[in-house]
Parts: sequence; structure tokens; C-alpha cells
Amino acid sequence: MVSYSIVDTGDSRSFPEDHPFLAGAGAEGEVVAYIGFGAVSSWQEDPSRTAILVELTTETLGEATGESRGEEGSNTVGFARFRVGDGVPSDLVELVRQPHTDAAALEAARMVLEGAGLQVAECFDFAGRILDRLIRPYYNEALAKLDEGLATADDMDLTVKLGLGYPEGPIELLERTGLHHHHDVTQALFEVYGTKHYAPARRARVAKKRAERGLS
Amino acid sequence: MTTIQTVGVCGAGTMGAGIAIVAARAGYRTVLYDTNMKALERARGQTEAFLAKSVERGKLTQEQVDAAMAAYKTTDTLDGLAECDIVIEAVFENLSVKQELFAKLNAVCPEHTLFASNTSTLSITQIASGCGREDRVVGMHFCLPAQLMKLVEMSPGLNTSDTAFSAAWAFCEALGQKPVKTKDAPGFILNYFLVPFNNDVIRLIEAGVAEPADIDRSIKAGLGYKMGPCELLDLIGLDTQVLLCDAFYGVTHDPRCAAPPLLHRMVAAGHLGRKSGRGFFSYDTDKMYGA
Ligand SMILES: NC(=O)c1ccc[n+]([C@@H]2O[C@H](COP(=O)([O-])OP(=O)(O)OC[C@H]3O[C@@H](n4cnc5c(N)ncnc54)[C@H](O)[C@@H]3O)[C@@H](O)[C@H]2O)c1
Repeated sequence: MVSYSIVDTGDSRSFPEDHPFLAGAGAEGEVVAYIGFGAVSSWQEDPSRTAILVELTTETLGEATGESRGEEGSNTVGFARFRVGDGVPSDLVELVRQPHTDAAALEAARMVLEGAGLQVAECFDFAGRILDRLIRPYYNEALAKLDEGLATADDMDLTVKLGLGYPEGPIELLERTGLHHHHDVTQALFEVYGTKHYAPARRARVAKKRAERGLS
Repeated sequence: MTTIQTVGVCGAGTMGAGIAIVAARAGYRTVLYDTNMKALERARGQTEAFLAKSVERGKLTQEQVDAAMAAYKTTDTLDGLAECDIVIEAVFENLSVKQELFAKLNAVCPEHTLFASNTSTLSITQIASGCGREDRVVGMHFCLPAQLMKLVEMSPGLNTSDTAFSAAWAFCEALGQKPVKTKDAPGFILNYFLVPFNNDVIRLIEAGVAEPADIDRSIKAGLGYKMGPCELLDLIGLDTQVLLCDAFYGVTHDPRCAAPPLLHRMVAAGHLGRKSGRGFFSYDTDKMYGA
């Protein structure tokens, strides 16, 4: 067992509700986890810890730690529990490292997260990490193809469920979790990467404009 | 509208053998055609074994299987398809091979016979072009393995008549399959989404963002997919992924469809996936997946 404490910096996308990870924290510990929307700005260096975890949303870890010559890396790691829009967070945590991150810090972070029943996938520090980077172009394509009349929304959803075994189709998933949230995530990726596949699809832009006026 | 009683299947490979099982199981007289006798024998053997398993599992009765096998014929000449009300082709994925086949079939089959293509990457309109019955050609894209997967993506070509499309649709439902309607567009729905998605995965690995195992874990635990994309690519075969990329990139010029350099390197290194024992993962057995 690795002991850990939590620094609460505001609402957390990863842990919006009670979770064994929150319940398992103590007042002090070998590891400290900054959670909430202020995690990146609240982060402080602390070489006495085995690991420092910083919750990320669309930020990258380097914005907290700084970067230098491709040699960055310390006892600080980033993490985000994967979640689409308003959907409940999944059990998957993307654990973010830098080129020279301490192996002991990664190991301790993994133990703390897995100890709370979460699954860990490690990745390097790039915007969108693994999942958002992969699914956002797919969602944008699905929305664009709906506009082009490739198939009905129901048929598109049914096709990926029957043909690929996905639990949910892209259109129903975006409806369930909030299309305007998709806009925000993919817009942020578009600004970083500049490739057109991240540009929010027309339907996502419409949903965003309406959300700004308080409409669903 | 013609009632379909006899179904022809061209090509006794992976897909054709499965489609013929679907037709025979649904009670149609089924004629499987291939120029390769060995492929026909193999398909018959697979069909017998599959139907026997279905009896064991209580999905079919022995009487149903006996009736299906009695109505199941193989042929290595095109004339064997002369009685068919619909012919589904699953020959090599090559435009001129498919065009020639339909043109020849046009002379063999009666006026009313519908032609369907199981193509994954080619255009239905192009396959139909010049065959002599462009209004009676439809796309019927089954999924692998056809005898287990219900989905069929159905698409009309530009010259397909509504009557022909509705007749093929009703036939698809009578097969016990679940048709969805798509346009005659590259990759229809499934491959249109899947092929570039898988390329994005390969590019993420190439860019050093994450390892294959971490990507697969993310997709499965984060999205609830049954299989991770790297496992799936290993199963599809990385050489097949190159062919899919080339087909789609050639038509769409979408950079996401272009084969990533890492994919070419892996193919050159002989890392083709399960079939070569190594792809994104290593396999210590040469047994086929699911065998
Ligand atoms: N394999 C898949 O996952 C999959 C899925 C959906 C659709 N498809 C499509 O199905 C078709 C067949 O694919 P497959 O994987 O079954 O191929 P395959 O190579 O396993 O089988 C093709 C068969 O067609 C026969 N053949 C070739 N040309 C012929 C001709 N002119 N006349 C008669 N027989 C001929 C060959 O002898 C071979 O037995 C292709 O169009 C492919 O794109 C494949």
C-alpha cells in the first residue's frame, strides 16, 4: 500500500462523486494528488514525495512542470480519468509522463490508482492524450457523414454496434454526453494540432452556439 | 417483384463460403461457384462442420441441416448459376475481375436475376458499369464471419432501380440478416470509420505517444469496445490494412486514409499480425484466431 494525500483545487472532472480513490486518501503520504480544475496552477515542486499526481483536462503536464530541451521529467505525473462530456467517468485513467519521469513515481502513481479499482494506460504528454486524440476525428466524421446523408443516425449507430461490437454508436453517444462538450474538446485539439479532422463538425458548432445561449 | 428461390454465390473464399452458409441455412437453394475446385471442397467441408455445430448448439434441427445440405450445390462453371434469382459475388477485390464476372453472368442468368456485390472498397456503380443490367446491381456488404455476423450494409448504385433495391433488401431480411442502407461511398459506413481510425492509432504509436498495449487498454476500459484497435489490426492483417488504405486514399485523398509509414515498415519487416506470429503484439502460436 502506498499512502497518499489529496489537495483539492476545485471541481474535478475525474472524481465528480464519491470514489474509493478519494476515500483512500490520508492527511499525509508518500504521494500527493492535486485534483480539480486548479490542479495545474496549484502544483508545487516537492522532491520529498515519491510521486506527485496532477489532474489534467485539456492541459498538458508541461504547463505545470515546465519543459526543457526534451529532457523534462521528475516525480510529477499527470492523470485524467477518461470521460466524454456529461457521461460518467470510466474506469480508465490516462497516466501522463514526460521523457525523463522517475520510474518510481510512475510505479507509485499506478499503484495508488489501481488500488482504487482504476485501470491505467500510460502515455506521453501530448494534448488529447490517447483517447480524445483518437475518438474526436471519428466523431467529427460521423457528424459530417450524417449531414451528407451517408446513412440515418440510427443506421450509423447500429452499424458500428453490430459490425464492430461497439457498445454505443457515435451519434447516440454524443447526444447522451452533450454535443457542445465535444465541440470544446475537439476545438482545443484543433488549436494544438491544426489538422482539419479536429475541427469541430458543423453540428457540434451549432450545439455549442445554442449551449452558449443556455439552450440544449 | 420476383420471389427469390435460388441464390448464387461467386467466390468460395472466406466471405463467399460464409455467405453461402447464410443462404443455405435460411432455406434457399444455394449454388456456390468458384474456378478453384479446392476452394469449393473446402467451403463444403466448412459448411457441413458449421451446420453440425449449429445442431449441437440447438440452433438448427438435423432435418433443417439435411434439407440445407440437399439444396447446397457447388459448381466450377458459370452455367451452374443459370437458375439463380440473385447472385452475390465475393470474388477477388479487383474492379475488372468483378466487372468481367457480371458481364459474363449477364449472358448466363435470366432477365430478372439480381446481382449483388460484397465489395469492401470498390464502387457499386463502377462494378455494375457495362454489365448490361446496371439497374439490377446492388451492394451487399457482409461482415466477417458472415455466418455469425448479422449486419449487411446495402447500397444502391447510381443506376440501381428502386424495385431491385427493395427486392434485395427484402431478400436480405429473409436471410435473417440485418440490412442498413448506405450510399455507394468508399467503405460504406464501417470501413469508412474504421480504416482511418486504425491509421490514427498507428500514427499515435509512431509518434511515441503510447504503446500498443496502453492504447488497447484505453479503448477497451474507456469506451467498452470488446477488442482494442491493435489486436484488431493484428487480426485483420497489416498487409490487408495497406490494401484498404491504398483503396480509400486513392478515392478520397483524405490524409487519414493514407497508410502511415510505420505500417509500411511493419509489412516490410514481415510483421503482418497474427498470421505471421507478430504484429503489434507477438503470438507464440500459428493457430488462426478463434480456431
Ligand atoms: N475478408 C473480409 O474480411 C471481407 C469482409 C467483407 C467483404 N469482403 C469482400 O469480399 C470479397 C471476397 O473476399 P475474401 O476475403 O472472401 O477473398 P478470398 O481471397 O478468401 O476468396 C476469393 C475467392 O474468389 C475466387 N475467385 C476469384 N476470382 C474469381 C472469378 N473470376 N470467378 C470465380 N471465382 C473467383 C477465388 O478462387 C477465391 O476462392 C472481396 O470483394 C472483399 O473485399 C471481405
